[in-house]
Amino acid sequence: MPFKLPLFAVSAAALLTLTAAGVQAEMPEMDLNGNVEAGKEVALDRSRGNCIACHVMPDGESPGAIGPALVAMQTRYPSKVDLAEQIWDPTIKNPEVVMPPFGKHGILSDKEFIDVVEYIWSL
Amino acid sequence: MNKTTTTITAACIGGLLATPLFASPEEDRELWQTYFEQRFPQVEKADFVNGVYSIDPVGRENWEAIEEFPPYEAAISDGEEMWNTPFANGKTYKDCFPDGPGVAGKYPYWDKEKGMVMTLPLAINNCREANGEDPLKYKKGPIADILAYMTYESRGQVVDVEIPEDDPRALEAYEQGKQFYFARRGQLNFACASCHISSSGTTLRTEILSPALGHTTHFPVYRSKWGEMGTLHRRFSGCNKQVRAKPFEAQGEEYRNLEYFMTYMNNGLELNGPGARK
Ligand code: HEC
Ligand code: HEC
Repeated sequence: MPFKLPLFAVSAAALLTLTAAGVQAEMPEMDLNGNVEAGKEVALDRSRGNCIACHVMPDGESPGAIGPALVAMQTRYPSKVDLAEQIWDPTIKNPEVVMPPFGKHGILSDKEFIDVVEYIWSL
Repeated sequence: MNKTTTTITAACIGGLLATPLFASPEEDRELWQTYFEQRFPQVEKADFVNGVYSIDPVGRENWEAIEEFPPYEAAISDGEEMWNTPFANGKTYKDCFPDGPGVAGKYPYWDKEKGMVMTLPLAINNCREANGEDPLKYKKGPIADILAYMTYESRGQVVDVEIPEDDPRALEAYEQGKQFYFARRGQLNFACASCHISSSGTTLRTEILSPALGHTTHFPVYRSKWGEMGTLHRRFSGCNKQVRAKPFEAQGEEYRNLEYFMTYMNNGLELNGPGARK
């Protein structure tokens, strides 16, 4: 790889974030007891979660391939809260990630967010 | 996702972003072109001008069939007629473009006198206004026709954008274009780079994301989704909107600087417009 690592460190800091209004940085405490069926609708709906645009999921057709397949989530996340954090703001774990911050940028309502977490957790 | 790919991607974006500290535009361009050559080793460099069809064999077959009867042909002939029709004052476009219609390879360039990036559409409207004609709208319609004609007459010219060193404002415009390309925007928090660098070649739903290299060489395009011709800045505006960001004004400073940066990254590739896309 011809590119030096120190440059990468610079980039994370330099990657501007021109965020939309209404940004809520931290995930607030919430009861993560959503509805799997409702969450599935959100995940597959083009205008809401649209997770299928990037992730293979067991129930969706014509998925995209930008992100990893969402399967066996309970073996990958120690708790539902950890999974929820990833969906709230994936840039915490990986500042370069292309996945949108669904909670932080208010892309989903609280109810949609809780439902989608429940659905993904069930996969 | 393949771990190795992710690492190279991130490091490359890092390299490009870090350049204000370490590198010249020339070094940016080399890094940029090398990155795409490494990411798509199966693609001939000259073929990047064909956008997504350089990496999607199935889409390419359809596209080649479409190119047999190009949907932009009417635009070229309408544009030729515009070129040949005198303005109300008796002058023609030729009075503003004495070298003829095939001059797309000279744009965009840094206009030192005006202190701004000059693009071909802007030069066309400057010509009209200097001759007492109304300016054209910048995203579609007659502007796309005259551009289609001029671009067609420029086919085969090699992109060779300069950042003149005797005016620091030119480098600044370039840097602003570069910042724009890497800045995350909109509710969905995407940069242009998120889709056309780090995710290029993967799929967003069923849509294969084209590599950024070659993005400016074939505009204006006839896009099936639009059902008509559109300019490069129309495309910018669409890509801003799809991440729920507010688009900027076509031919405003932001998009002109963005075009300056993106076209500079394509130096060495051939112009092949107008184009046809899905
Ligand atoms: C534009 C692309 C995109 C969209 C849309 C998207 N994701 Fe992601 N997602 C990614 C990428 C890329 C990763 C890999 C992150 C990394 O490497 O750090 C990821 C990672 C994840 C992970 C972690 C997977 C693991 O194995 O650790 C979860 C969980 C996840 N996404 C859930 C979702 C949910 C739920 C939605 C919709 C509400 C969604 N994603 C929408 C691109 C996307
Ligand atoms: C969410 C993903 C996404 C983002 C962010 C995005 N684009 Fe695109 N872009 C696409 C898709 C999808 C297409 C159509 C398929 C293709 O050619 O890649 C496209 C097409 C284009 C094209 C036409 C390519 C051709 O060959 O005709 C240009 C130019 C372009 N984008 C520039 C930009 C610029 C500049 C930005 C940032 C302002 C940007 N894009 C941001 C998804 C995106």
